Amino acid sequence: MFLLGNGAGFSGDRVDAPIPVLRTLIARGLPAAMFFETLGERTVALAHLEKRRDPALGYEPMLERLLEPILAPAHAHRIPLLGNWGAANPPAAARAVARLALAQGLPGLRIGLVEGDDVTALVAGGQLPVHEADAGLDMGAWSLIAANAYIGAEPLVEALRLGADVVVAGRTSDPALAIAPLAHHFGWRFDDWQALAVGAAAGHLLECGSQVTGGVFWDPGVKDIPDPANIGFPIAEVTAEGGLLITKAENTGGLVDLRTVKEQLLYELHDPAHYVTPDVVLDITRCTLAQEGPDRVAVRGLIGHPRPETLKVTASFEGSWLGEGEVSVAGPNALARARATADVLLERLRRRGLSVRARVDLIGVASVHDSDAGVLWRAYEGPEPPDIRIRLAVESARRDDADQAAREVLALLCCGTAGTGGARWRVTPRILTQSHLVLRERVPTRVTVREAREFAA
Amino acid sequence: MSEVEVPLHRLAHSRAGDKGNRLNLSLIPYDPALYPILAEQVSEARVLALFRHRGATRCTRHDLPLLSAFNFVLDEVLEGGVNGSLNLDGHGKTHSFRLLSLTVRVPEALAPRG
Repeated sequence: MFLLGNGAGFSGDRVDAPIPVLRTLIARGLPAAMFFETLGERTVALAHLEKRRDPALGYEPMLERLLEPILAPAHAHRIPLLGNWGAANPPAAARAVARLALAQGLPGLRIGLVEGDDVTALVAGGQLPVHEADAGLDMGAWSLIAANAYIGAEPLVEALRLGADVVVAGRTSDPALAIAPLAHHFGWRFDDWQALAVGAAAGHLLECGSQVTGGVFWDPGVKDIPDPANIGFPIAEVTAEGGLLITKAENTGGLVDLRTVKEQLLYELHDPAHYVTPDVVLDITRCTLAQEGPDRVAVRGLIGHPRPETLKVTASFEGSWLGEGEVSVAGPNALARARATADVLLERLRRRGLSVRARVDLIGVASVHDSDAGVLWRAYEGPEPPDIRIRLAVESARRDDADQAAREVLALLCCGTAGTGGARWRVTPRILTQSHLVLRERVPTRVTVREAREFAA
Repeated sequence: MSEVEVPLHRLAHSRAGDKGNRLNLSLIPYDPALYPILAEQVSEARVLALFRHRGATRCTRHDLPLLSAFNFVLDEVLEGGVNGSLNLDGHGKTHSFRLLSLTVRVPEALAPRG
């Protein structure tokens, strides 16, 4: 049996979560690995912009904080750590791991660096077809930041085969980080679709960390979980025969049951017969689950189909500007004052002729479920909320227009309805993304495995 | 047997996920005995209507009877998605609870107390 733990589900996850996972893996004494998924579509674009400002940056900002408490015990117990912490700059992330290893007296720690996912030149040259889902997007007006291909597990396996204790990658597919240590341990071939389906399912269930152990699941009084301030991150038990069981770190909060596993199994899934990864196409239409004990759920009936010939590419662009302004009203007649404020803000944008697309939310009445036209808050007939925050959001190709529009909220401190306060406003650049497809042979990867002392030099 | 009308939130749970301008919503009854009732009443057309104000153009329901779960996929519901949305929740993560606000009619014996 092999144990696979997850230490992070996104960039911004709880940085103390990996510690109980590693402790559990060590206590169980079985062959094991841990993976960290910290790279969203926008995270990589932001990292590229950071790398432009400072060539030593552009990797996961929490990398050192995540690894500091676990690097030495993981190394001592031969538990490899894999992550896409590299973001826009995998070599810089590898050097950061090397510095940390040296500081902890581990000069012989072996670091595997996986490169080659950056396909910016292919997108810039207009050589890649746009993914059908994004066919309607015209990026002609915007400037390309970068483009990265979602690479599969094979180069990660190569790094493990060369003895890497820590594998640092950039834009991998999320499940690849889970498939790689399993394929390495069990010697899976990359055309064994059945085995790879088990790995892809393990990756899919674990890649969002606590989302399979109670995170974004708990609904107080309806779906309660133990100790939500200390949700245990997940661990998969995988057998040579293709058995898969989901459990979690010991002595932690959260839970694993049929409900948590079902929610995560269907998360970001479209056609359940075709969950496409670079390594295998996963089919869960025959999948069944069984609770085998407290916090233990077995996953059976997974089906694998051959992998696609193409890899998905996410290209990011510097887009327009987002202006946002907020102000509050509360107490008697708050709803009428909020509605009037919303209408006046839109009238001000019209009178000033600002070139913006605008939306107003009445937070506390209707916001996240509403439309840009404010259909829900305009039609609202319920009781008067005691406290409403009015939010103006605008988009413009011109920074100054976005800024001027957002400042209209500020002006309400004097010009607004009675009892208006708490103004905040800001303007931020938007990053746009567009998916492309690339033939996998056009994305050659490079794997380098060296000791920390060599990487740090 | 007499029936009662209850919000889905009392009978089922849901999670939202996104890819671009496409949203998926799982719908999972707590009691598998409710599966055929939800299959009949929580139709693609009803879910599409729930998100029509957001410009949703299509709703597809994938049925997973072995898991006792449904997967709804909604197109063009995110007003541009994280790329173009002016909404605070560009990913649409909060929409699982809009789905759970739909009501269904169930036999009294299957309705939870409370």
